[in-house]
Amino acid sequence: MSETTATAPARREKLPKRKRGRPDSIRLLLNNALATAGLVVFVLIVLVAVAAPLLPLPDPDATAPANRLLRPLAEGHLLGTDALGRDILSRLIWGTQVSLAVGVSATLIAAFFGSLIGLVAGYAGGRIDTLLMRGIDMVMAFPYILLALAIVAVLGPGLLNALYAIAVVNIPFFARNIRGIALGLSRREFVDAARLSGKSNAQILFIEVLPNVLPVIIITMSTTIGWMILETAGLSFLGLGAQPPQADLGSMLGEGRKILFTAPHVSVIPGVMIFALVMSINLLGDGVRDVLDPRLKSGALTRPVARTAVMRDQVPGGIEPDAEAVLDVRDLKTEFRFGGDVFKAVGGVDMKVGQGECLGIVGESGSGKSVSAMSIMGLVPTPPGRITGGVALLEGEDLFAASDERIRQLRGSAVSHVFQDPLSTLHPLFTVGDQLVEAIQAHAPLSGSAARKKAADLLKTVRIPNPAERLKSYPHELSGGMRQRVCMAMALAHDARVIIADEPTTALDVTVQAQVLSLLDTLREERNAGILFITHDFGVVSAICDRVAVMYAGQFVETGTTEEILTSPAHPYTAKLIDCVPVLGEPERRLDAIGGRPPVVNDLPVGCAFADRCPRAGDDCRAAPIPLTEFGEGRTVRCIHPLNAEAEHG
Amino acid sequence: MDDGVLLSIDGAERVFGGGRTIFGGKKPAVHAVQDVTIDVRKGETLGIVGESGCGKSTLARMIVGLDVPTGGRITFDGRDLAAEAGKDLRRLSRDVQYVFQDPVASLNPRKTIRTILEAPLIHLLRLGKPEREKRLSELMDAVNLAPEFLDRYPHEFSGGQAQRIGIARALAADPKLIVLDEPVSALDVSVQAQVLNILDGLKERFGLTYVFISHDLSVVESVSDRVAVMYFGRIVEIGAGRSIFRTPRHPYTHLLLESAPAPGRKSLLSEDADTELPDPYNPPPGCAFYARCPRRTDICNRQEPPLEAAPHQEEQLAACFNPREGA
Ligand SMILES: Nc1ncnc2c1ncn2[C@@H]1O[C@H](COP(=O)(O)OP(=O)(O)OP(=O)(O)O)[C@@H](O)[C@H]1O
Ligand code: SF4
Ligand code: SF4
Ligand SMILES: [Mg+2]
Repeated sequence: MSETTATAPARREKLPKRKRGRPDSIRLLLNNALATAGLVVFVLIVLVAVAAPLLPLPDPDATAPANRLLRPLAEGHLLGTDALGRDILSRLIWGTQVSLAVGVSATLIAAFFGSLIGLVAGYAGGRIDTLLMRGIDMVMAFPYILLALAIVAVLGPGLLNALYAIAVVNIPFFARNIRGIALGLSRREFVDAARLSGKSNAQILFIEVLPNVLPVIIITMSTTIGWMILETAGLSFLGLGAQPPQADLGSMLGEGRKILFTAPHVSVIPGVMIFALVMSINLLGDGVRDVLDPRLKSGALTRPVARTAVMRDQVPGGIEPDAEAVLDVRDLKTEFRFGGDVFKAVGGVDMKVGQGECLGIVGESGSGKSVSAMSIMGLVPTPPGRITGGVALLEGEDLFAASDERIRQLRGSAVSHVFQDPLSTLHPLFTVGDQLVEAIQAHAPLSGSAARKKAADLLKTVRIPNPAERLKSYPHELSGGMRQRVCMAMALAHDARVIIADEPTTALDVTVQAQVLSLLDTLREERNAGILFITHDFGVVSAICDRVAVMYAGQFVETGTTEEILTSPAHPYTAKLIDCVPVLGEPERRLDAIGGRPPVVNDLPVGCAFADRCPRAGDDCRAAPIPLTEFGEGRTVRCIHPLNAEAEHG
Repeated sequence: MDDGVLLSIDGAERVFGGGRTIFGGKKPAVHAVQDVTIDVRKGETLGIVGESGCGKSTLARMIVGLDVPTGGRITFDGRDLAAEAGKDLRRLSRDVQYVFQDPVASLNPRKTIRTILEAPLIHLLRLGKPEREKRLSELMDAVNLAPEFLDRYPHEFSGGQAQRIGIARALAADPKLIVLDEPVSALDVSVQAQVLNILDGLKERFGLTYVFISHDLSVVESVSDRVAVMYFGRIVEIGAGRSIFRTPRHPYTHLLLESAPAPGRKSLLSEDADTELPDPYNPPPGCAFYARCPRRTDICNRQEPPLEAAPHQEEQLAACFNPREGA
């Protein structure tokens, strides 16, 4: 076995510090004031209801016609009495217990059967799915309360029958929610992996899929239980649930209705209790949902801020714009804040792109390439991102100081973007043609048919077969490569002066990649557009970039012309990065892996960020920040013991 | 069948869709894999290269029994693989395993690594508790991970670590053949090298046979003994890695090689911008590469080119009427 095991005990990777799981969820929940209030009210109500047999309450069903309709605060009857002289406080507490029990049981029953149907339908797919879901559709086709009424009518009135009715009408809700999730999960690779590990279908469904669906079931339960209590009350109110003399909140409300004007307290008190109960459960349910599924958080669904917040300590003045450069970025700093942690994703980066020039940024994932590029047009999401320093000059204009409207005009016209993941650019519900036409018309006053013709031409430019037909396709009908080419077409829609291309060819096939690269190459020559090209592939860099910057832990560690950097890298990281890539035509070459991992950017070392992985590291490397220094003509390196230094200087 | 052949794929075919709708209309059909014939010998690494949608993954899934061929035969060690997978996938899974492209998606986020790695030991090997413990530590050692990792959840791992766990899971049942479907495509280059080195070591240590699928020619070249090039569901060229990469005979292989970026390579060969890629729902007659091929002649779009050996080179087969000669 190769050197990997020889050094195994010494080089085995260390574990990151473990995060605490559960306590965090509860803390998160308690951070939410509304949810906490809901929790407190709900717990109080439940405690009182559960403790009903222990409390010194009069018999809730004992009538006393002499004492009928006493007002609240009457002697011996804190909340007064109803039309039959029964103690309202006692009835309220016992009634709450009944309503809670029915609501909770109905929820559990609905959740159990609904989830089971959803799981099986989603996992099995095909005919079973169709059969089950059509059944569910049929149940849903009846108006909700009508169905409940019909069920009670068949079974006869009574609390238990009301419970069944409520449970049945809520099954479809669970089934549909869960089926969607189970369907997605069942197509995931880990399900195939479990199958190859020898698990049977039932084992996969209940041991692999179910635990992933559980949070959704809990969320659904917590958000529906209030509703079910309300429905139970509704049925009882209509006289179909709890039968006299038994109290539940709905029947109390129903009994009080007839004397609403003469003795309002008889109906108002249970009404308030229903309100308090349902409200507290809903607040709590929303809190639970936010904790378990942060994506659904109420705030998360609002539109994100359209532009990255710029919070520069001081606006750097007196910067001489470089007349040669279309895009001139100086000392860009971008941070992310999560709670108390500050992640310095970009820690002072200079980028200069001349007319018709292509600057490449190379680095591993997480090194900050994309954030650097996205900061320029304010595309880093805020919160948590913010630009904390530097300037970005587009032909002399400071983009970080420009108005939102100006940025909107520039996006997609003077500066266009191409991203790695085409699905982030394309809207799933509109045809490719519509989206292209929209992009064209956003910055050019073309008629619909002229724009459509231009759209078809653009698709042809990016080598999509049968462009006129393809305009009618939706993104999901295209292969990954095709989708990316549509995005390329969109970026080419206007005469961009700078194209920011973030791994645009990473998801493409080599032959298509070669096409796209040569297309970009032609384009920048013809139109003199500058390209900021982000990639992790030195091969791609060679093909298109004039200059290249190597990025590590949020900073450039080496910059220079592509040729120089590839033939004689000066920074040890650059050298190692080049060495670990297999090269076509050199199959015998031993791949030299880089041990360890890059540092996390919320906890950067004082000295060189690469020191822990660097074979040339010395104590001086860790002592102080390493500056980016000149290293020959037009070349910089952030290292105090660079490679080839001897050759360069002596 | 000659000795030393572990897996034999004979005219395998997989059609998706097809059939008729309830109104009698024809449903569109896609030939994801067509007439693929390959023998994989014991102890070799067979590389499969091709571009997206060419049927690599479909072929891989058929080899491990996750998908069934709609035609042809796949035999493993003389056993009919498709029939066996239909009846009892477990038996096949003891011998043939799979490493997935996306290391994180292939690990259940709610299971510890121990639970994930134990599954094949329990269900495939039926090992008892003490043997399992022993095997687990062997596995973790094999992929060079500390045993403390066993009680962690997948999200606590980097991509490279997660992929090594994926490899450990495939190793767990002590299989003879492992199909690796783009095992390093989702990884960073520095991590990619680690994983490739580990795979290389494991192969020798456990006497494994690999089918290694990738779209990255340089990766395939560095790991494979033999290489098959797929285009549009078919094998267009197959032979020893060395000869295929040095002297490609099929024009498509040549195009792939010329398009591949390499450090220091300035201009990539690029075709005319208006050559069209074939449409899977409407496949062209004859050679699927016809529309893009610089060497095409009249015969090419009338007849399907057969996979044939070069005159003096029994080992390198290409499906082309006008192959490149001694380039
Ligand atoms: N379940 C399916 N239903 C319909 N068509 C499918 C299905 N799976 C694959 N295909 C089609 O089969 C062909 C081959 O797909 P496959 O996934 O094997 O390609 P691939 O070479 O692995 O691609 P990639 O490199 O993108 O993963 C494609 O045309 C694809 O659209
Ligand atoms: S400064 Fe020191 S640790 Fe950092 S890369 Fe240079 S030699 Fe290595
Ligand atoms: S058969 Fe004809 S069209 Fe196909 S690859 Fe060969 S020369 Fe080109
Ligand atoms: Mg694939």
